[in-house]
Order: sequence, then C-alpha cells, then structure tokens
Amino acid sequence: MSRHLAQRLGQSLLVLLAAFTVAFALLQALPGDAVLIKFLDSTMGLTADQIAELRIAYGADAPLWQQYLHTLGNFLSGEFGYSIRAGVPVARLLAENIPPTLLLASLAFGVASLLAILLAVLSQLGFGWVRGFARSMPPFFVAVPVFWLGIMLIQVFSFQLGLVSVIAPEPWEELILPVLTLAVPISAPLAQVLIRNIDTVLNEPFVAVARAKGATHAWVLWRHVARNALPSTLTMAGVLFGELLGGAVVTETVFGLSGLGGLTQQAVANQDVAVLQAIVVLSAVAFVAISLAVDLLLPLLDPRLAVRPAGAA
Amino acid sequence: MSGANPVAGVVPVRLPPLGLTLAWAVVGLVLAWAVVPGLFAWQDPLQGIAGRQLEAPSLEHPLGTDGLGRDMLARVIHGARESLLGAFLAVSVGLVFGTTLGLLAGARGGIVDAAVMRLVDTLLAIPSLLLSLSVIILLGFGSINAAIAVGFVSVAHFARLSRSEVLRVRRAEYVEAAFGSGGRFLAVLWRHVLPNALTSVLALAALQFGSAILALSTLGFLGYGAPPPTPEWGLLIAEGRDFLATAWWLTCTPGVVVLAVVLSAERISRSLGARRT
Amino acid sequence: MKIDIAPRLAPAPATTVAPLLEVEDLAVRYASGGSVRRVVDGVSFSIAPGEVLALVGESGSGKTTTAQAVLGLLPANGAIERGAIRLDGAGISRWPEKRLTALRGARISLIPQDPTTSLNPVRTIGAQIAEILEIHGERDRSLIRERVLDLLSRVGLEPAEMRAGQYPHQLSGGMRQRVLIAIAVALRPGLIVADEPTSALDVTVQRRILDLIDELRREDGTSVLLVTHDLGVATDRADRVVVLRNGAVQEAGPVRQVLAAPRSAYTRQLLQDAPSLATPRARPPVSGATGIALKVETLVQEYPVPGERGRLFRAVDDVGFEVRAGTTHALVGESGSGKTTTARCIAGFLRPTAGRVLVGETDVACLSGEPLRQFRRQVQLVFQNPFASLDPRQTIAGIVEEPLRNFEPIPKAERERQVRAIIERVGLPDSVLTRPPAALSGGQRQRVAIARALVLRPRVVVLDEAVSALDVTVQARILELLDELQQDLGLTYVFVSHDLAVVRLIADTVSVMRDGRVVESGATEQVFQAPESNYARELIAAIPGMTDEARKAAE
Repeated sequence: MSRHLAQRLGQSLLVLLAAFTVAFALLQALPGDAVLIKFLDSTMGLTADQIAELRIAYGADAPLWQQYLHTLGNFLSGEFGYSIRAGVPVARLLAENIPPTLLLASLAFGVASLLAILLAVLSQLGFGWVRGFARSMPPFFVAVPVFWLGIMLIQVFSFQLGLVSVIAPEPWEELILPVLTLAVPISAPLAQVLIRNIDTVLNEPFVAVARAKGATHAWVLWRHVARNALPSTLTMAGVLFGELLGGAVVTETVFGLSGLGGLTQQAVANQDVAVLQAIVVLSAVAFVAISLAVDLLLPLLDPRLAVRPAGAA
Repeated sequence: MSGANPVAGVVPVRLPPLGLTLAWAVVGLVLAWAVVPGLFAWQDPLQGIAGRQLEAPSLEHPLGTDGLGRDMLARVIHGARESLLGAFLAVSVGLVFGTTLGLLAGARGGIVDAAVMRLVDTLLAIPSLLLSLSVIILLGFGSINAAIAVGFVSVAHFARLSRSEVLRVRRAEYVEAAFGSGGRFLAVLWRHVLPNALTSVLALAALQFGSAILALSTLGFLGYGAPPPTPEWGLLIAEGRDFLATAWWLTCTPGVVVLAVVLSAERISRSLGARRT
Repeated sequence: MKIDIAPRLAPAPATTVAPLLEVEDLAVRYASGGSVRRVVDGVSFSIAPGEVLALVGESGSGKTTTAQAVLGLLPANGAIERGAIRLDGAGISRWPEKRLTALRGARISLIPQDPTTSLNPVRTIGAQIAEILEIHGERDRSLIRERVLDLLSRVGLEPAEMRAGQYPHQLSGGMRQRVLIAIAVALRPGLIVADEPTSALDVTVQRRILDLIDELRREDGTSVLLVTHDLGVATDRADRVVVLRNGAVQEAGPVRQVLAAPRSAYTRQLLQDAPSLATPRARPPVSGATGIALKVETLVQEYPVPGERGRLFRAVDDVGFEVRAGTTHALVGESGSGKTTTARCIAGFLRPTAGRVLVGETDVACLSGEPLRQFRRQVQLVFQNPFASLDPRQTIAGIVEEPLRNFEPIPKAERERQVRAIIERVGLPDSVLTRPPAALSGGQRQRVAIARALVLRPRVVVLDEAVSALDVTVQARILELLDELQQDLGLTYVFVSHDLAVVRLIADTVSVMRDGRVVESGATEQVFQAPESNYARELIAAIPGMTDEARKAAE
C-alpha cells in the first residue's frame, strides 16, 4: 500500500511539473519579451531604473532555461511574481480573490450534488413520466451555456418575479443565483454517472440474489446499489473540479462578483501573464490534490482496490 | 432465445426515435443557416435601421431588433456560420492531433504510451477554460484563435479515448485471429483496428462538436472571440445583456439556439454509441 | 468417492402427496424494441416435497425464464401472459410484489448461475449471509452472528470466523458458490431454485458443489428445481426431468424412464448428442506408419507476477508430447492447468521461455517476424468464442478470404472460388457470404472460424475450447464436421478442452494437465478405462452422467 502511495505521489508531482511547464511554455516562453513591451508602455509611468529592476526580478534577460528554473524556484517558494497591471504581488491578489471563489464553488458543488442525487432517486423511484423527465434532464443541463443561464435567472427571479434583489443585496442573497447558475452544469455529469452506475449495478447478478433473499426495491437500492455506484461517481466528482473553476470564472463575470473569475478576466484582458500563470498552476495543484484524495478514498469504498494486483487472481 | 415465437398481431415497427430525428433536423437547419444564410434571413445582419432600435418581435422582425436597429433573426442566422466554422475547426484540431497521439500511444505502447498519457494527464489537470485562455493569450483574440484554443483543450480527450479504443480492439480476439492468419501489422491495423476503434472516436467528435460550440460561445461572451459587429451567438448574448430589463428576447433567443444545437449534438453522439471518457 | 444413487432407484414420489410447487400452462413474454416474443409457452410441471426436478434445455429453451417466473423475478420487460404458479396450493403468480418479498428467501430461495458476480463485491461474506436473516425480521445481532457462523461451517467454509470477515474477491469460485448455497438454505425454504449452479465451475468443483446441495436438501427435506443445460447433471441429481425446447415441454417423466425410453425425437437427439451419455464411437486405430506432425519438448512458459518484481509464475512446466499426422491429440485440464498457454505456444502466439515446438522440421519457438508469418500457413488456431473471434465489421466472405490475401497474390476470381469451396465444405449455404457475423448463429459462426482456419490448407489445427460455448446438439454437429474434415484432408488436431466427455469422443491420444504439468498421457480409451494418476481418476469420476460402470472402472 505504501509503495502504491509513493508511486501515485510521484506521478502527481510529475503531472504538476508538466502542468507548470505547459503554463510556462504558453505564457512566458513563447511570446518572448511580450511582458516587457507592457512595461515600456509610457502610461505605466515606469522609470528606466524600475524597468531594469523588473527585468532582473523577472529574470527576463537570462536564457530561457534559466528563466524556467528561476520561475520554478519562485513558485516552489510561494513567490508568484508581480501583477503588471495592479503592481502588487500576485500572491496578495490570490489571497484576496480565492476565498470568495472557494465559497461560491463549494456551495455550488453542494447544491449540484443534492440536485444529482435528487435526479438519480427520481430516475429510479419516480413514476412514469417523472422517470423519463429525470433521465432527460442531465443532457439538457450540460447543454445550457452557463453565462446565459445566469442572465436568464436574473431576468426571471430579479426582474420578473422580484424575488432576489440585485440592487444592494444581502451577502447571502447575492450568492443565491450564482450558486444555482454554477450548480446546474456541474450537477449534470454527476447525475449522468450516478444514473448510469445505478442502472448497471441493478443489472448485476448479485442484485438478483438480493431480491431472491426477499429484499424490497428500496432495500436493494440502499444496501447494495448505493455503495457500488459511489466509487465512480466520486471519481467523476474529482474530475469536475476543472469545470467548477471554469464555471466560477464565467459566473463571477456575469454576476459581477469579485473573485478568481474577475481576476482571470482582467489578467487576460491586460495580458497580465504572471497572474494567469499563477492561477493556472494553482488550479492544477488543486486538481491533482483532489484526484489524489479521491484515489486514496476509493479503497475504503471498494475493498477490491485495497489490495494491489499482487495476490489478486 | 433465438427460437422465440412472435406473438400474433404485434408487428415490430422500427422508426428512428423522435428525439434523434429532431436532433438531426436541428443540426441540418443550422448547417443550412451557415451555408446559405440568405435563404433564411432577408435583412442585413450588420446594417441597422436608424430609429428602429430595440423593437419587440413583430412580423417584420420575428425576433425584434437590437440596440443598433439590426434584425435579430438575421444576426442569429448569420451567427451560425461563425459558430459552426469555429466548432468545426476546433473539433478538427482535437481530432487530428488527439487521435494521432492516441493511436501512436495505443499501438506503440512502452515509453511513447507513457509520455503521451502523462501529457494527457497534464492537459486534463488544467481547467479547460483556463487552458484555452492561456492559448488565447499566446495567439491573441479572434475567432480563429478561439477555435484553436478550444480545439487544443479537446486534444487530451481525443487522445485518451482513441488510445483506450485501440487497446480494446487490439486485445480483441478477431485481431489476434487476423495476425494468426498471417496478417502484417499495418494490414491488420488498417483492416481491423482502425474501423473498429473509430466508431467511438466519431461519437466523441459529435459530442465535442457540441462542447466546442458551447465553449466558443463562452469565449465570445467574455469578449475573446470574434470582434463586434460580427454576429456570433455568445457575443449576441453579451450585447443583449445590456437591454435585459427592456428587451429580454435579445438575450433569450441566441441562448436557446446554442442550447438546441448542443443538445442535438449530444443526442447524435449518443446514437453513434459514444463511450464517454 | 462413492455416488449415492439411491434416490434414483426409489419409486417416483406418490401422487397422493400434495405438490409443493405447481406450474400450470405457464406462458411468459418479453417486450423489446417494439416487438413481443413469447419465450415460455404452455409449460406445466409440479414438484413434490423433497423432490428434485430438473429443467433441461438448450439456450433459448425458456428454462431460466421459467425459473425466474417461479421466483417472481422476471426482468422488467417480461410478463406472465397466462397460466398459474402455485406454492403450497396458493396461486402466487398474481401476488403483489410486497407479498412475494415475504415469500422469497423464506419459502423459495435461489442458487444463481455465476458465483463470481452473484455476491456484492463491497460487502463481507458474513454480512451477505446475515442479510437474509435481517430481511426476514431477525434483529438480535448475536443470534444473527451465531447463525452465520453455523451456516458457514455447514457449507464447509472453515474457519467460519475468518471467512465471515472476508470479501468475495478473496474466495475462489467454488467457495463463493458455497456462500450462495449457505444463503439459499439459511431459512430452510421449501424450494430451492438452482439456476445452472455449477456451469461456471471446473468439473471436480462442480461435483463437490452438487454433492453439497444434495446433502443439505436431504437433511432439510427441501425440494429443488434444478435448471441445467447438462443432461448428465440432470440424470445424476434429479428424480424427474422436464425437457424444454423453444419454450415448450418436449418430454417429462422420471429420469430413468426418460433415459431408457425417450418419447420425443428431440429428447432422443439430446441423449444422442450429450457427450457424457453417448457411447464413444470406436475411432479407427492410429496407424503407426504415419509420421509425427507435431512434437513438443520440455516446454516451459513463465510470466512475471504482476506487482512483484522479479517473481515468475510458471504457467507451463516441462510439457512434452507427440502427435502423429492425421490424428487428434487432446490437452485436457481444469482452469489454470496451462492447457491454453501450451496451445498458444504451438500456434506461435506465445514465445515459450524454454523448450521446443517442432512442426515438421521447423521449431516454432525460434521463429519471429517474417518467417513466423510464413509459418502461420502450417498451423492455425480456432478460438473458443465465435462471437469474439470474427470482426463484426467484415462480411463472412471477407473473413474467410482474408488469410488468402496475406500471402502470395492470387487472382480475385480464384480467391472467390476457394472461399466458396471452403464455405460449402464446412456445411454453410452460399447465402451467408454477404452477411456480417452478427446475422449468424453461434454454431454457424464457429463453422466460419473453422473455414477461415482451413482456407490456407494448414497441416495442424489447434482448437482452443472450440466447441465449449455451444449447445450440445450444435456441439455434436461441429464435432462431426471436424471428424469428416480430418478424414478428408488428413488434418492433425490439437484439441484443448476442459470437457473430458467431449475429448473422449474426438481424441486419439490425450495429455491430462494440472498446474502446468502433464500428469498423465496416452491413448484416450486407455486413459479412460484405466487411469493411472489419482487426478485423472478424480476428473473422470466427476464427469456428470457417466454410466455407473464407467465410473466404477475409473475408481
């Protein structure tokens, strides 16, 4: 087990290093000195000395591989450089913007999970058209453009029905529509996987055995299907993290919330490479950490994974 | 149960399911919009009529007019070209590069496989929107660049699916049998592995076509795609947003069109036997 | 090892006793994709208390559907069209689900077909046995625990304490089937439905499992509805037998009577085709004049053990035998015996770790690349599963033609002529040529696979469980075809099988394998009449349906 853990950890670190390299290649290496063109812009009002200082700070004079190692070293020590636009350390921008996004994302994920479970339960226990409805919802949810959904929710709930105030809302009120907007597209793949898994497990011979023992449908669903359908749903949940973050960026833009979304928007608009690079690398770190956690959690749910191939036959 | 007796009076009827027919109809219509927009829209999508701004839907303007007095229906119809071309380009990029990488990894195995799969892991570890934004920073804004960015993101999906398909088919007994009857490597690859592996790749392409339209409209909405006044669905939604309180239909209709096309692509993909990754 | 055949000699249960289960004029239909098929049509039978009734039939006969209907567990698209199922005189076929759940497990229980997938992989054995007690209202934790341990030792899973805490994947197939039997007998039901309970198991395990079911049902006085495709199993274990075909009863009666004097033509055919019941036809003696077509010497095949660096698993260990041209040599053994690995080495699919495989003068073990490819014309392999070994996207003509296209160019017209000739030779009509494999039955597909193997005119054909997946009547036709082809074309066969009865019908010589080694070899009849090794004796004795004389001879 510990060897497996070490192996898995090494693999994760490799992926992280590669993710950093991709981000570096896309953002820093290829456009060459594009970063410095920004600084030479007279509106920024930087003196020649300051520019020279920045050049050194960025290591922009050095050959590419030195820049690479330099940036990598900085990232490892938690030093993400300076935002060109705001002129403050990227680390500070991140510290300010991550908490609201984290709150939005986790609330949305919670709502999405509830929604997915609701759809899955309806797809099994509902009657007639309810079952069909529950099954046709996920593809529909996937196909909805997030930004459009947000706008439509504002239109319906704020403008038409006046249920949620958009002008000077309470902090909790402010979050209702964004959380809903973000939860819908996230719930779809979760519900899809859950429904598909439940269907598959229900066709397994051990379910027939359970029913031959005299178990009712509800007993079978609860005692047999749930545990077996969970592992791959959990894996899916881990994979959805990227979607969640991307969705948060769009949602924050639509609702004008502060957070990573706004920060990303500004960074792209201003070619603020250092900020975007930090966001990309950090989200890769989060993604890898989540999938690692999921991997370590799976053996607890499925004893077949607890023993590595060694003795299994 | 091959020898079952058919019950008298019940004639098996095989019609394509309604949803699938509808899906193909939607895709066909939108394709026609893209190829010959003039057949469907008589009004100019770019030139507004002064004094006719923000009109509600009427016979003359079935979807109303926008803030510059342009016919909304014409803009939605002409927008199809931008979106479909973009999605087509994006899927081509993903399909060509991803499938090549996947085939290579699956057929060669060993170190090539390990390298390709780690690359795929890496691309999947970065949220797709951030990845396409990074590519856009590199290439600059614009509709073609947005399409390439979206395609770049899908490379990983195509690579992973085509690799696993190749591995699945290679393990199949009929491939072994083909080698057993004296087949050369390339002949077996061409006769058996490719045709059998490509079905799911095709299904994924249909699915990705929908996702690409969705992603492109998102980039368009954020302002990184086609510049105004090009009619592009995401951009239309962004433009309409300013008049949400007074003219909600400007935002609503392009969104419904995107929704319908993406939903149709998903349905068609499912009918092709998509093996989701 | 002694088989108790007493119940079969006992008179048929008296009709005065009220039957436990009565099935009357049962019809079941399935709806799928807009069409409706009736798969059970007018089936009637009854089971007396303590009686074993076998429901025998080939695939599509409706035997499993009938069993599912008795349990009230038809698939969602199946429905009882007409007829009655009565348990203890009460018509249960129209009962609502709620009433049925109280009945299932308590009065009727199930021993399923495939033990590997019939236990929930994420729950312990103990929990799964305890479940049936919990469902039927037992709340006392310590009592449940006690009952579970008791049941585990009753089915021979010791030490019960340890077994209760294990997960299904930690047990072998036979042990898992014991767990399922423990569940089935837990509440001492009146009737156990055993749906092909041993089809997925090795013969020696099958025998022990069937013995266990026999023993337990006798102790509790339970009736058994035994669903099986194997007439041998039915004759060994049942008091009475019902033969089904296409959803209708062909024949019913006491086992002895059906065996001795079958009334329907179909039953006669079944009896004739069942390898274990058939009298082995004397094969023409192998003439010593013919040369050796295939010689295997000190063959060793090792695999690295996954997850353990440097450790090797020896799948084939010092195997050797000779096959004379124009004869059939069988490799027989249970799962894990190394028979398939040996076959794959012979066919050039695996490069052995050590040893030689001589076909004529060529050592297959040294070939690779182009010489190996050229060599393939001489040795062809026919796979077990005709559903998997044919490319679903090719037509039959394309499949059979392909080997010809791999070697020196032949004009298209000549290729077509050869394809037609070989298709006719294996007994298929011309009309199949343009069809895809999916449009053919299992037996037809295996004929296509044989045609593909023969179109290159090989000297040696390796048949890897080539008839194991087929129904007995289809199996018998394929065996006849193989025999004919051998006579006409002078082919040499290596016949890999787990089924000793089939081996006896087709092989001239045999090697019995176990754990990668040959434990006994010789002329087939000699091995069957006077086996020397304990293992061969045990294998032969385990063949279901063997005549008592044959069994005595073996023991």
